[in-house]
Amino acid sequence: MLLHVKDLAVTIDRRAKTPVRPVRGVSLTVDAGTTVAIVGESGCGKSMTCLAISGLLPARGRVSAGQIILQGQDLAALDAKSAMALRRASMASVFQDATGGLNPVRSIGWQIAEAVRLRVGATRAEAAKEAVRLLGRVGLPEPERRAREYPHQFSGGMNQRAMIALAIAGSPKLLIADEATTALDVTVQAQILDLIGDLRDSLGMGVIFVTHDLGLVAQYAEQIVVMYAGRVVERAETAALFAAPRHPYTQALLTSLPSAAKPAERLPTIEGVVPPIDALPPGCAFAPRCSRANHICSQEDPVLLGGVACHHIQVMA
Amino acid sequence: MRWTAIKIARAGITMWLVVTFVFFVLRISGDPTDMLLPDDIDQATRDFYRRLWGLDQPLLTQYWSYLMALVQGDFGISFRNNLDAYDLVMERVPKTLLLTGTALIISLAIGIPLGILAALYRDSWLDRGVMAVAVFGFSMPNFFLGILLILVFSLQLRVLPSSGSGTWAHLIMPAATLGISFAAQFARYTRSSMIDVLSKPYMRTARSKGAGPGRRVTLHAVPNASVPIVTILGFKIGELIGGAVITETVFAWPGIGRLLTTAVGSRDLAVVQCIMILLALTMVTANAITDLIYGWIDPRVRVGAGATQK
Repeated sequence: MLLHVKDLAVTIDRRAKTPVRPVRGVSLTVDAGTTVAIVGESGCGKSMTCLAISGLLPARGRVSAGQIILQGQDLAALDAKSAMALRRASMASVFQDATGGLNPVRSIGWQIAEAVRLRVGATRAEAAKEAVRLLGRVGLPEPERRAREYPHQFSGGMNQRAMIALAIAGSPKLLIADEATTALDVTVQAQILDLIGDLRDSLGMGVIFVTHDLGLVAQYAEQIVVMYAGRVVERAETAALFAAPRHPYTQALLTSLPSAAKPAERLPTIEGVVPPIDALPPGCAFAPRCSRANHICSQEDPVLLGGVACHHIQVMA
Repeated sequence: MRWTAIKIARAGITMWLVVTFVFFVLRISGDPTDMLLPDDIDQATRDFYRRLWGLDQPLLTQYWSYLMALVQGDFGISFRNNLDAYDLVMERVPKTLLLTGTALIISLAIGIPLGILAALYRDSWLDRGVMAVAVFGFSMPNFFLGILLILVFSLQLRVLPSSGSGTWAHLIMPAATLGISFAAQFARYTRSSMIDVLSKPYMRTARSKGAGPGRRVTLHAVPNASVPIVTILGFKIGELIGGAVITETVFAWPGIGRLLTTAVGSRDLAVVQCIMILLALTMVTANAITDLIYGWIDPRVRVGAGATQK
């Protein structure tokens, strides 16, 4: 077990307002060499979950409950410095905006070499060489010349490759890809997904793949975690989830996916929006948008049992 | 090359406009002999001087002969003491350079670190304190601060000389007077620039690499934050010289600022024109240097870079 997150809650303190909890008890497990996809609409807490795992929460945010166990070590039990050292040695993140995520005044090679030096402590020359090798590894042509260039000279897809090269510097055990393909063209998106899958297999990395696009992860992830309003509403093997989605929200997500088989039809949508985290309805957060909601749903918040959190699902004990 | 040629041509036009503007404004605003000669002087003597200085010629003729002389490096003769205007001005330049240079170094050395600290500890007591002092330093007029310093350190405490130059002690108060308001401005610009940069996604990337706070600030944030600061620095050179004129007058500092005030007062045309040309040249050079530094810091504006996008 590479990463085990248990009942994680994230609290964001706000000036002169009550704190909000964008993540409210999330559990998930990532094994080496496998991909776990976290799926949900904007504002469901998937990015906050990732930032908490990677220790990159904004200044006012904190892990307020639960455990993050990375390679058998509870991060909360370590002091800040050791926790950072453990994270630095064993995990890396790739974000949505690769072009913005790279420093505009530093060359691509410099930025990757810096990651190499910070993670494995190589000399300058070794790190520069390793940066070029990594750029080649992520499929950038002419890596030596490209290493001397700057982010503004790259396309979005090239920058995302550079970000991935930066992330895999020092061979991390866990890669968190937070909407890493969202801003890219569909063809480039597929290339980046293939690259991440390829790196996962060859480096034996565990991957957390965050996306709002359920269709994207069908063939890349072993397990899917569906989040809604800061909670996991369903967790299942990919094949099982696509074959028999159980939570009404997952079902709705699946029926709103476009399908090549029935192209002419108008896609169904889910009415309404995710409730804001500072104004969650009582009971099940999905109830106001759920066609099956009844009086119990708006009173009691269902717990995650047997991989699903819904009052309507009878779980065999 | 083309870029450099355009820059030089533009600088030349700027210089010509300044020369022309100053020439005509000074001559239209009154007869220099009224100022330079005693009131009760007879008309014959007055006419003699007007002929001597060429003031009896039509304005355009004067302008043309002035331009022709200027092209050959002749800035004219001071009406007041018959010395070469250029020599008169150049004699004062080192003093002004010493004053403005010291003030600039003081303001950068104080303003930039304080701005960075204020941004890093945003909304803390440190930030509030720095910004409160900055508003104070920024809004206090030069002449007032200068006089205040003289009152405290020269008249009350009697530790620093109130006027003149020559020793380091003479430099302290004028340089502080001039530097403090710029330090305050640089602190504010640096703070807002740093706050902007600190929220950028690449700062999170640096954090995710495991770069420590010191490394993130010095190697990632500051180079980006310095781009707008350098731009502002170019503009501030002009204000610095303007401030020097006042400061030199308050502290009787024998630089070109004080020379300018006396020369304007006495309609010493050649000297005023020479100083204006020098200041314009300084501004043009400062802007050119700013452009160079700008390109050196930011690869996006570097000449010849770019255009390789896939």
